[in-house]
Amino acid sequence: MSRSLRLSLLRIYAIHKRHYYLLRGSWPRIAELFYWPTVQMIMWGFMNQYLMQRPGGELIGTGMLIAAFLLWDILFRSQLGVSLAFFEEIYSRNLGYLFVSPLRPHELVCSLLSIAVLRTLLGVGVAAWLATPFYGFSIFDMGWALVAFFSNLIFFGWAIGLAVVAMVMRYGMGAESLAWALVFIFAPITGVYYPVAILPAWLQPISWSLPPTYVFEGLRELITTHQFNTAHFFYAVLLNAVYLSLSIILFMIAFRIARKHGLLLQIGE
Amino acid sequence: MCLNAIEFHDVKKSYAHIVAVAGVTFSIAQGSVSALLGGNGAGKTTLLSMLLGLVTPTHGQIHVLGTDMLRHRYRVLPRISFMSPYVDLPFRLTVLQNLTFFAQLYGVSDTNKRVAKLLNELNLEPVARRHYGRLSAGQRTRVALAKALLNAPELLVLDEPTASLDPDTADFMRRYLLDYRREKNATILMASHNMVEVERMCERVIILKAGRVVDTDAPTALLKKYGRETLEQVFLDVARHTRQASVAHGE
Repeated sequence: MSRSLRLSLLRIYAIHKRHYYLLRGSWPRIAELFYWPTVQMIMWGFMNQYLMQRPGGELIGTGMLIAAFLLWDILFRSQLGVSLAFFEEIYSRNLGYLFVSPLRPHELVCSLLSIAVLRTLLGVGVAAWLATPFYGFSIFDMGWALVAFFSNLIFFGWAIGLAVVAMVMRYGMGAESLAWALVFIFAPITGVYYPVAILPAWLQPISWSLPPTYVFEGLRELITTHQFNTAHFFYAVLLNAVYLSLSIILFMIAFRIARKHGLLLQIGE
Repeated sequence: MCLNAIEFHDVKKSYAHIVAVAGVTFSIAQGSVSALLGGNGAGKTTLLSMLLGLVTPTHGQIHVLGTDMLRHRYRVLPRISFMSPYVDLPFRLTVLQNLTFFAQLYGVSDTNKRVAKLLNELNLEPVARRHYGRLSAGQRTRVALAKALLNAPELLVLDEPTASLDPDTADFMRRYLLDYRREKNATILMASHNMVEVERMCERVIILKAGRVVDTDAPTALLKKYGRETLEQVFLDVARHTRQASVAHGE
């Protein structure tokens, strides 16, 4: 391994360690990781049970809504993980020191993305694990399909998260609320809890241009027919490659603009 | 061999229609202690930000430790460091965690030994396991200095290094910085409003006004040139453009 690669990995590791220290010393932050996914999973579990007891309820597969919620939360937590990891540096007024250190923008991006994966695994993982004792449903039974769904949702979450970070870098903390709001525009469009076919005809092409749509359609197909739709998987991967590339470009442009306008020391003010 | 640690050549910076730095040229010798003086809005922060690569100039060239800062700043960033009371360290991390984190960020070899040495030298051992956010202003400044020295920088850029410190802590900081400079032949560039500090520490002063260098010399030479007894009086002459300032500039 070259010296520059080793130092680069060491810097990414340092950022991880900084966030580990932060989590370890703050129980509200740890609780926040698990709290919402678990509460929501319990609520959707009851809803699933209730609908299954109604006439025609057998059409809703066992755990369909729980699975849909957990997958949706992977997307939500992934984008939030990216944004929050960056916001923590703004909250602690630490960005100035980070940007004059040898940490390069692409290393910061790699750190944010990998921290988001770890946060998502922890938060959604606990909720997914608890679904078994609560409702006798295990999302882990999906096996490799779950890995495929997880990866695609994580990638799209990264893309949204990086776009949010770019907006905050450009427009300051006034854009902070995007981290909580932006992702929800995709919930009705991507058919988290219902098939895309139910959307108005004009909205369906938009829906099919978004990677999560293929995941949620694929999930329904997997639960009802026990078949994994490979074509859906590859479409999602392809679209994710496009969205992620665009968000990285957006981040780099925002970074360049922030340097040009002297915003790096002022973000948050 | 590079004799200048910093070289600014015709550096300009404009934000829309506002000119923050209007064609600044100067150099700072390696191993020297220099100060940037100027009133609010004189362009000190913009100048320091450009020096550190946080802001890109509209025009001109900046060389730091012989490296073109605009093209290859990541080659030189591991060799320089920065400290400012307007930038903080993560509040929820202990002093030890903060220093360990930054040591790894700078690729410092033997992190534990380096951190322990700085904790000891800056009298920070008693607060090493305390959260940074719970420290007093003086303790925070010493931690920030420890952070700035982790990579044993050849160039140390300080923005008001002793702002809001009591005289005892401020004196300790100045002595420590001068010892560090002597020991490592490091270059120190500071922006300060503390004229006594500048007189005591700096071999050279660069006075900025409205984004331009209006004068630069050794503190004693400036006192003589302006016919004043303190640097503060010189500063006021420049800021208010008094008769002494006109005479000094040969107007």
